[in-house]
Amino acid sequence: MNSNREELRIGFYVCHCGHNIAATVDCAEVARYVGTLPHVALSREYKYMCSDPGQELIQQDIREHKLNRVVVASCSPLLHEHTFRGATEAGGLNPFYFHMVNIREHNSWVHTDRKEATEKAKALAQAAIERVAHHKALEVKRVKIHADVLVVGGGIAGIHAAMTMANAGKKVYLVEREPTIGGHMAKFDKTFPTLDCAACILTPKMSEVGNHPNITLWTYSEVTKVDGYVGNYKVTVKHKPRYIVEDACVGCMECIDACVYKTPKFEDEFNEGLGKRKPVFIPFPQATPQVVIIDPETCLNLKTGKCKKTCVEACADRMAIDFTQQETFDEIEVGTMIVATGFKTFDAKRVPAYGYGVYPNVYTALEVERLVNASGPTGGEVITRDGRHPKSIGIIHCVGSRDKKTNVWCSRVCCMYSMKLALLLKEHTGAEIYNFYIDIRTPGKGYEEFYNKLLDEGVHFIRGRVGEVTDWAMTPEEEGKLTIRVEDTLAGYVRRIPVDMVVLATGLEPQQDAQDVRRLFNLSCGGEGWFLERHPKLAPVSTFTDGIFIAGGCQGPRDIPDTVAQAGAAAAECLALIDKGYVEQEPNTAFVLAEECSGCKSCIPLCPYTAIAFDESSKVAVINEALCKGCGTCVASCPSGSIVQNLFEDDEVFSEIKGVLAYD
Amino acid sequence: MSKPKLGIYWCASCGGCEETVVDLAEDILGVVEKVDIVLWPVAMDFKYEDLRAMEDKSLFATLLNGAIRSTEQEEMAHLLRRKSQYLIAYGSCAVTGGIPGLANQFPREQILKYVYEETPSTVNEKKIRPQLKFEESGREVHLPGLWNVVRSLDQVVDVDFYVPGCPPTPNITREAVNALLSGKLPPKGSVLCPDKALCDECARKDSKPTNVAFVEFKRPHQQLLDPAKCFLAQGVVCMGPATRSGCGAQCTSGNMPCTGCFGGTSRVRDQGAKILSSLCANIEAKDEAGINKALEGIPDPVGTFYRYGLAKSLLRRRVDLPA
Amino acid sequence: MTKDWKPRIVAFFCNWCTYTAADLAGVSRLKYASNVRVIRLMCSGRVDPQFILEALTHGADGVLIGGCHPFDCHYVEGNYKMLRRFQLLKRLLADMGIEDQRVRLEWISAAEGDKVKRVINDLTQQIQALGPLGFPSKVADWDREMTELEHHVTATAAGVCACGESEMAAAKPEVAHV
Repeated sequence: MNSNREELRIGFYVCHCGHNIAATVDCAEVARYVGTLPHVALSREYKYMCSDPGQELIQQDIREHKLNRVVVASCSPLLHEHTFRGATEAGGLNPFYFHMVNIREHNSWVHTDRKEATEKAKALAQAAIERVAHHKALEVKRVKIHADVLVVGGGIAGIHAAMTMANAGKKVYLVEREPTIGGHMAKFDKTFPTLDCAACILTPKMSEVGNHPNITLWTYSEVTKVDGYVGNYKVTVKHKPRYIVEDACVGCMECIDACVYKTPKFEDEFNEGLGKRKPVFIPFPQATPQVVIIDPETCLNLKTGKCKKTCVEACADRMAIDFTQQETFDEIEVGTMIVATGFKTFDAKRVPAYGYGVYPNVYTALEVERLVNASGPTGGEVITRDGRHPKSIGIIHCVGSRDKKTNVWCSRVCCMYSMKLALLLKEHTGAEIYNFYIDIRTPGKGYEEFYNKLLDEGVHFIRGRVGEVTDWAMTPEEEGKLTIRVEDTLAGYVRRIPVDMVVLATGLEPQQDAQDVRRLFNLSCGGEGWFLERHPKLAPVSTFTDGIFIAGGCQGPRDIPDTVAQAGAAAAECLALIDKGYVEQEPNTAFVLAEECSGCKSCIPLCPYTAIAFDESSKVAVINEALCKGCGTCVASCPSGSIVQNLFEDDEVFSEIKGVLAYD
Repeated sequence: MSKPKLGIYWCASCGGCEETVVDLAEDILGVVEKVDIVLWPVAMDFKYEDLRAMEDKSLFATLLNGAIRSTEQEEMAHLLRRKSQYLIAYGSCAVTGGIPGLANQFPREQILKYVYEETPSTVNEKKIRPQLKFEESGREVHLPGLWNVVRSLDQVVDVDFYVPGCPPTPNITREAVNALLSGKLPPKGSVLCPDKALCDECARKDSKPTNVAFVEFKRPHQQLLDPAKCFLAQGVVCMGPATRSGCGAQCTSGNMPCTGCFGGTSRVRDQGAKILSSLCANIEAKDEAGINKALEGIPDPVGTFYRYGLAKSLLRRRVDLPA
Repeated sequence: MTKDWKPRIVAFFCNWCTYTAADLAGVSRLKYASNVRVIRLMCSGRVDPQFILEALTHGADGVLIGGCHPFDCHYVEGNYKMLRRFQLLKRLLADMGIEDQRVRLEWISAAEGDKVKRVINDLTQQIQALGPLGFPSKVADWDREMTELEHHVTATAAGVCACGESEMAAAKPEVAHV
């Protein structure tokens, strides 16, 4: 059917969206005005166009009034264009004979003057009426979805997502840049509010991942390149040399015992620097994979080449140690991806008034997690850096959160983990515990109850942002202690509370390299650096790149239950795509008018996807539709106007320009 | 049966278009065999009255070259429109305003002042300028007035076909005349030359790499030009990619880049904007300073990209000039 | 300039960043000037300079182009291509008498709903201060010198020559051309 030749019959609908639009835009007037425009066969207003009756109305009108174009003025096309294209198609028209006008997000919600908003709605509607006349029937392309999935990040989010999909029978690649999976959760002692031991609930899942036949686990590896598009991504993964042949290592750790360094000498990253390790080490007992790693920065052999290599001797015929290892790369094909790259904790040194890094007895919360942990550097004994058993401990909330000088957001987990640590510290030490808080935020199942329990246990809560932590004693009882100076805003005066140990409840921040990761996967970021979801409510794990989903702390601060729920959601989104088997792609690709192209080659270097090639036999440019992602850059740059972009043809845009300006 | 009558007229032009007709050489005999050239002021005696006296539509076709800038030119455009079955905009000036169209960047007064008072070769101490009316010995002499705006022919009267070029080549001229005589004509308003860009027929086409990334732009006089290599690959602005072919790529064959006289293709509304878009997009730098550095080589974008097309471009004329 | 004149601004927003940011501004119920009419394109790289000229000549008093921040383009580097065109286009427009402030290129990410508001309000104010560009009416003014002659020629049909003789022609262009 070539509707361009038959008489144009446009149906126009303006949606009230309840009061969302109608309160600001005079919908009746818009419908009246559009009704006077050429080729408009009917013009209606309706309360909810996206409702079933609203869509039914479009279908009925197409049939009864022989409409061949449909325009709906309602919300953002990013929300409901799909819905109305569906209705147009159900009415018997090609869905691309539809065009949408955004008079809610771009109009009624952002303007207050009814007259102005109505005028703007008319102008936008007129543009759509002019534009839709140029629309052509297009076919939706179906792209097959590769069934394999990539999960980036092996924290609890990545672990849960990978397990969910692997259990559904999908082949999953799990890439983690650290030598072991587990992420932040593996460092925690207990989890709030149930106080079950983090290791007890996490490590079984970790080893399941390690042993799962459907999961290819690559630790100490990073994604370096992502090409392709939904359903057909090509990903390059770099494996950093761990100087251990993973398949040969059985995790016996005899090499560690045999190392020429008889005692651990180097800062232990897993224990936040509170303990020591050797150059050859395993991050923690339940590390997955159970494979040691050699740190080239500290290994004598790798640094100097002069070492007795007692480790190699110890490894003997397993021959798992390989000092010649180099970076290697794998290229994999996957259809979908989940980015679960997590967060980092706030650097407490950025608030100098709290003395972190200056006073040895000031700790971050994560350090304390290790300190109270039975497998931690002190075996669970809370002993300060200067060797004391604290009798009083102050926990300062909101360090690097809710603070205009650092991060304005609430990190969501700190109130709860501070109270958890308060309880654990009290159990371990019997000390007096003081919590310094701005507000106590406990929005979660059993959270408020947990808070009540602490109050019952006699943990002190002082409302006020701490001014400073100082070792300058003003009274005898402050001697040898750290004094926390705070305005108690409930009591109404400034207090000085001497303690033996200070715990800083550091907030959560985007990873240092979040921007690089974002670019790698073509994600969007909020101003703070958290990855942006496609829609905060309706597409919370989707991104603006089809087939790539996000889960966990990389999207914003969240606790374990929320992270796991989100990871499950992301896994479900991937599974939905995989099981459908294909995606429908917006047919907004560009094509070269081969008869008109002069072969000037101007377009060829402009395509970031190398979709444009020069055909040596016909001496013209050719666009590979499968590679074209529809940006239209080549179209705008073709000096002879010989490239056309579907859905955004020059004439469609020109008529839209004319249309928005036609109405005064 | 008498032969169809042909008129050739000039308005704001340099005479180059007339030269093309002469350049038909022996072929002009072929043309003359088929038509009677009844109006050709550059070559034959002519009086306005003769034209006015003709029946409407009595000229089969008129090739009108030159832009419309004066009252006389405008009146002649109207008159020739009335007297001709086919009015052909002949040459860049008539088609798109041509070089005279560049005057649309300046106020008329500035142009007159410069021409009559300030050019290095002018000696005019009394600052005398021509007047519209001059009386001497009881006789009155009239001169045409100069409009503020330079226009293409179709901005003044209805035009049937366009033959572009500065000047049009003898080839496309001959083909246009043959098309008119044979009646095998494209739809009204068509440009009588190919609708592909010049690269299609340029001998240097194959020498252009597929990865041009401009670091700088140079003007033809700033370096020795490789006689075989694509000008763009040498960093020299060439309008070829944005300009209709049909000229036989004479300039590029003569080792000069295309300056765009055939105008843009039918798919383009503004030739200058299109070549700008294409050239700029292919600059290598990604930061403003680097981009601007590369663009230093295009000191006069209007003169470079709209050398022949300013009057007919989307912007037409400097917007702040008086009406 | 009429008292109730309001600037008319045409905006070209890329689908992924700036259009989404404008949606976000809506969802956040930020309030801003109603003068901008947004046209959605997939990428700022799709903004053909012809679109900008077309908008200005069809009566826009200003044009706003919104794209993703450098390094952030959904299509890798469409935004740079627009930036490159924009650098020269600005000069071209200046040469054609169009003030610099009328055409603006802004990088607005999907998260910057507040920037949409700020930029639109700011641009609207700037153009309000500049006054109308009024291209269509200027063209009409320019062409008036012609239409009068056209009437004259039609009226006098085969009569006197208008070249310098007509009252109109004598009245308007005070200096003739040889």
